[in-house]
Amino acid sequence: MNTNKEKNLTIQNVVKTFGKVEVLKTVNQVVKAGEFFTLLGPSGCGKTTLLRIIAGLEIPTTGSIILGTDDITSLPATKRHVNMVFQSYALFPHLTIYENIAFGLRSRKINADEIKRRVAEGLEMLRLESLQDRMPDQLSGGQKQRVSLARALVNEPDILLLDEPMSALDAKLRSQVQEDLRRLQRKLGTTFIMVTHDQDEALVCSDRIAVMNGGVIVQCGTPEEVYDYPCNKFVAEFLGAANMLKAKRVEGGVETELGFFCLEKMPEWSEGLVTIRPEWIKIRESRPERNGVLATVDDVVYRGTNFDLFLSPGNLRVRTSANKNFRVGDTIWLELTAGDLVALGD
Amino acid sequence: MEKKRILWRGELTTQRSLSIRGLFCLSSGISWLMFFLMLPGLLFVAVSFATRGDHGELVWQFSLESYERLMGFSLFGWTPDYLLILWRSVEVAFITTLIAVLLSYPLSFFIASRPAKSRYMWLTLVIVPFWTNMVIRTYAWFYLLSPDLPLAKLACALGFIPEGTPLYPNVFAVYLGMVTVFLPFVVLPLYSSVERLDWSLVEAAQDLYSSRMRVFMQAILPQTAPGLAVGIILTFVPAMATFVVPDLLGGAKYMLVGNLIQQQFGASRDWPFGAAVSLGLMILTMISLQIYSRKGKEIEIV
Repeated sequence: MNTNKEKNLTIQNVVKTFGKVEVLKTVNQVVKAGEFFTLLGPSGCGKTTLLRIIAGLEIPTTGSIILGTDDITSLPATKRHVNMVFQSYALFPHLTIYENIAFGLRSRKINADEIKRRVAEGLEMLRLESLQDRMPDQLSGGQKQRVSLARALVNEPDILLLDEPMSALDAKLRSQVQEDLRRLQRKLGTTFIMVTHDQDEALVCSDRIAVMNGGVIVQCGTPEEVYDYPCNKFVAEFLGAANMLKAKRVEGGVETELGFFCLEKMPEWSEGLVTIRPEWIKIRESRPERNGVLATVDDVVYRGTNFDLFLSPGNLRVRTSANKNFRVGDTIWLELTAGDLVALGD
Repeated sequence: MEKKRILWRGELTTQRSLSIRGLFCLSSGISWLMFFLMLPGLLFVAVSFATRGDHGELVWQFSLESYERLMGFSLFGWTPDYLLILWRSVEVAFITTLIAVLLSYPLSFFIASRPAKSRYMWLTLVIVPFWTNMVIRTYAWFYLLSPDLPLAKLACALGFIPEGTPLYPNVFAVYLGMVTVFLPFVVLPLYSSVERLDWSLVEAAQDLYSSRMRVFMQAILPQTAPGLAVGIILTFVPAMATFVVPDLLGGAKYMLVGNLIQQQFGASRDWPFGAAVSLGLMILTMISLQIYSRKGKEIEIV
């Protein structure tokens, strides 16, 4: 469908200030052509501003945006071959679904037959054929979202931007749409850049995730990389539950309040934090050879697919499969394997 | 025994008691309209078919003379004078409304884009003219358009008027006065629409390659249409009937239907004809609004 698949997007030293507030503080990032790239971060981290800069709806204070080899920094949104799915969907309420989808093609004065063909294609791709004569206010949230997607995609943009596309959907629909989006992106091969604050959404959909905080990209990598090897406390906690342990570096490992632990990758600091995800902590029948902790169960929380155990000392959280029965007060051996303990940077 | 249907309308009730209470609440308003609008209106229709006595008194004798005169038939043959006045009134009202709308869009966006604090100051500035009587406001133009001031001097330099003459009475002065009077009636309702504008639609239109014109037609006009419609009606209808401004700034030659009606009930003492002209104006206003509502819908769809 797309003829310009080989255009990388380069974000170069982009800074954006609103009055005295520095919303983006020097962002550098390359988004590869054809990848599903996600900007993940809490509200106010600058992710939406960055997306709007890519769309051409904001102009960066300094820095540049390069698409392929063209500098498009000051090219207005009207002329940018980048289309957006808005958070509120922003469907034109006075136009039918068909006309909404045809909107961009009509703006560019593409001939009628071509418009017909491409809108029909878009309607089919997102299963909207039966809704084409309806008005936007007669549609459910999920349908509106699909119309919004179709309206952007029929223009065959170099990049599709998605601003929190699932925030208005209920939880059940959301997981369905996540998979749909991912499948759609793989099929089309178009570059997708999505903004979200939901880590599940980011992990499910993305080829790469850029975690943002305070106007900078803190870490960028595949979902596995950012989840398994978070670079600092913020990333570790933002992507899911994480146990944090204050640690001092010693010969061959770290010394914590729970005792000595071996590490696979030694930290660069002498004092800092090590982390381990609750589902990686193993429960043992007896004392393990290395990295063992004897802990008492303080609380058991049933979460459907698993139990979460809260244990002392150290207020550890351990995720365990549902068929094991633990009671408050039980004493158990835990193993925090060397490979799963990650030393965090600043 | 018939069973009463019990309804839930915020309380348990029956249709009958609901209707009685509704009528009771409406009765004061309905009777006000009956006595002070409907009855005088019907009386007016009756008056328009009566005859003028020799000394300007009303003679209750049925005649179509007033309507014949309005259509231009008189003792001396047919003249289009009155029809022209009616047509000119529609034209003036239309152009006044158009200018007011064209000025109001930028003004509304300007006010809506101010910080919240100064917004009210700007709105107040729009409303301030209401605090002065319209006659006085119109007289103020006499001074502003006098020969010594820049406006008249500019017009003189461009060769529109001879030196030493004021910039009135003429058509330009009428429009100047009319737009001044009616501008706030368009700005205020339009502003309330602009303030609530969903900007994401504007951005979506831009994102989808729209020209500026297309952004306005597809993203801004449909959203501001309710405020615009109120402004247009509030301007067009009274502008059709206005007589102070054209009387003062247009001079004797520039007569509008408002002046004509005023004259019949005043100096000429010809109530039947005045009533007939008034009804003519009313019908014309309704026709214009009908056309507007049809065309308005078409524009929205395009």
